[in-house]
Amino acid sequence: MNDTLMLDGNAVAGDLAELFGFEMTAMAHRCMHCGNVGAMGTLLAWTQGPGVTLRCCICREVVIRIVRTASRTLVDVSGAAYLEMPAT
Amino acid sequence: MLETERVKTLRLDVQDWPGHLPGQHVDIRLTSEDGYQAQRSYSIASPPGSALELTVELVDDGEVSPYLTEEIRIGDRFELRGPVGGYFVWEPSRGGPLLLVAGGSGVVPFRAMLLQLAAAGAPVQATLLHSSRSWDDVIYRDELPALANDDIKVIHTLTRSQPTGWTGYDRRIDRPMLSEAIAAAGAQPLVYICGPTLLVETAANALVELGVPPVRVRTERFGPTS
Repeated sequence: MNDTLMLDGNAVAGDLAELFGFEMTAMAHRCMHCGNVGAMGTLLAWTQGPGVTLRCCICREVVIRIVRTASRTLVDVSGAAYLEMPAT
Repeated sequence: MLETERVKTLRLDVQDWPGHLPGQHVDIRLTSEDGYQAQRSYSIASPPGSALELTVELVDDGEVSPYLTEEIRIGDRFELRGPVGGYFVWEPSRGGPLLLVAGGSGVVPFRAMLLQLAAAGAPVQATLLHSSRSWDDVIYRDELPALANDDIKVIHTLTRSQPTGWTGYDRRIDRPMLSEAIAAAGAQPLVYICGPTLLVETAANALVELGVPPVRVRTERFGPTS
């Protein structure tokens, strides 16, 4: 992990809004690894790779990964116990 | 409008702009003739209820900022997504007092917040601590100090060179400086930090060590220093 390249959930707010259909950075998540509950905006983000990796700001384990290809988008949320979304 | 030698503020006319909150940003995507795309995020510099303004710093090897600061012409059109973001925003309902900590162009979202506060007669107090390399590099160096009054304070630190007779801070943001900024901001400040990643990490860790509850510290990192 290169900490100087590290961004945060704010940097992928546009991508998250497009994927989920909601503004997500002020919404809560629970880290599957350490149990931390916080806003998605607090996640640490690495965006320079082929995909986006979002890590817990407390334990630094992977919470969400997003990979786009020409034909599809893969979203791995196995590091999140839950994601909060606004009421519909 | 030229802010410094390398930083410009652009006013954009966006059809059906839904309005925005201070701290939100937009994503700008440029597509070249061969289909190559480059996308970057830029904080909104203007307060709610006004035209969309972005302040963009030229990154020498950048893919989007050279266009936005040097090549763009009135009448150009490009792809814009936004407003986006809901975490690093301030609304009057969040209260204060505010302590805003900025490194370089990290001051951009704070211009939107401070102009909103100034227009509303500052319902909460705000203190801006802004780190820049030199006085010539200070973005909004005339505009933001002009807002200063009993409720809005602006503190500069110049890390590389200082004008003759400079009496302000002359070092990188550190714990003693933040301790004094907290004292200036008032009890239990709500803190926003925006800047290069290492500055944000240093400031956020120091503030928590100084006893500011982590839930009252919101951060936005924009990567390596240019």
